Amino acid sequence: MNGETLTHVKTGLWNENPGLVQLLGLCPLLAVTTTFVNGLGLGLATMFVLTCSNALVSATRRFIYSEIRIPMYVLIIASLVTCIELIFEAWFPALDRSLGIFLALIVTNCAITARAEVFASRNRVVPSVIDGMAMGAGFALVLCALGAFRELLGQGSILARMDMLFGGETMRGLALFDGGFLLAILPPGAFFSLALAVAGKNAIDRRRKRMHGLLAARQLS
Amino acid sequence: MNDVEKGSRQRSPSAWSSGLVLAAAAAVCTALVAVTQRLTAPRIAENEMAYLEQSLRPALAGVFYDNELAESTLVLAPPHGLPGNEPAIIYRLFSEEQPVAAVFVVTARGGYAGPIRLLIGVEYSGELAGVHVLEHQETPGLGDRIEASRSDWLTQFEEASLESPPRERWAIRRDGGEFDQITGASVTPRAVIRAVKETLIYFESNRDSVFAARATGDTEQEQ
Repeated sequence: MNGETLTHVKTGLWNENPGLVQLLGLCPLLAVTTTFVNGLGLGLATMFVLTCSNALVSATRRFIYSEIRIPMYVLIIASLVTCIELIFEAWFPALDRSLGIFLALIVTNCAITARAEVFASRNRVVPSVIDGMAMGAGFALVLCALGAFRELLGQGSILARMDMLFGGETMRGLALFDGGFLLAILPPGAFFSLALAVAGKNAIDRRRKRMHGLLAARQLS
Repeated sequence: MNDVEKGSRQRSPSAWSSGLVLAAAAAVCTALVAVTQRLTAPRIAENEMAYLEQSLRPALAGVFYDNELAESTLVLAPPHGLPGNEPAIIYRLFSEEQPVAAVFVVTARGGYAGPIRLLIGVEYSGELAGVHVLEHQETPGLGDRIEASRSDWLTQFEEASLESPPRERWAIRRDGGEFDQITGASVTPRAVIRAVKETLIYFESNRDSVFAARATGDTEQEQ
């Protein structure tokens, strides 16, 4: 079980990361990552929805006939998203205002439907929950990384407005330089940042593969 | 340990059982949402009230009032003569029963991307106490500099009125007016200035009825 859990986690965080490899859920990924706190907020919300929807789909998979599986997924995911929206409105009102429509649009994040279809509908509850958490965390990490990157480039600050998530006084964050590079916050900046992230991931993977190859070759000789 | 099940997908159920499953799932999901709604509703209402008090403040530089905002709210259904064709909200502020100011929530049309919700504080004398942007979808880095947190563009409205600058000079400099422009964005400021001006004109001609009107609920009155 432990080895298997580890595989699930690795798959979600790296090998099949929804944001970097499957390239799913790009709409929120590109739209809200103007700041780190936005990325983190939406990332956590998505992770919650993904985990719960995986758990629910997996728990009821005996009743989900293949003819009605899509409406069932939609029903489950839409209800969960409505709940998380209400929870955000009640406990993180500022973050809710900042995320705006994109919180509700988690419904349309195909990463969630994809996991329900590919994984949760064929696996037991526990692995499904682990898969949902891993995939959600993978997605959230990409959101945070992009958010931090774009906030840093675009506004010259980092971790601004963390109070929206944790309460307390308005936090200005760490201001590193003034001005900033406007393009990074605009939509093209989102595409550039994502492209950089995907390229970076591929480069690391290739490098690793080469290392493995070298290692194997050395052991053979 | 084999988690993969193959059997569950192959059964072909009748339409009835599919329908029943869907109905049951819908009922459970609705219940889930209803419970969450019930649990969060008081907090959400509280947040909205706190947010209202807090967000009216920037439009009310230095205005003292002692009445409950929620009890002096006036919601005007369109057509109301104010900018925008959504319902306009007016919060009337009194001090010792004497009217001191009114805060208008109106919608500016003609922004670069969608409506701009504005909060416009007008003192009884017809002088602006402040203008604040509640909601907009203007371009980040350009039009969004109308936001108070991003530039002090909005502060130039403080103490402005229909007399100073005179009515015909209510425009950005480029259009021959007296208001600063925003580099790279002229559509957004134009929309905001027009909405503020229209609100002042409305206030000028309807001032007494605005303050005399009965609070919420009876929204139809008001000429």
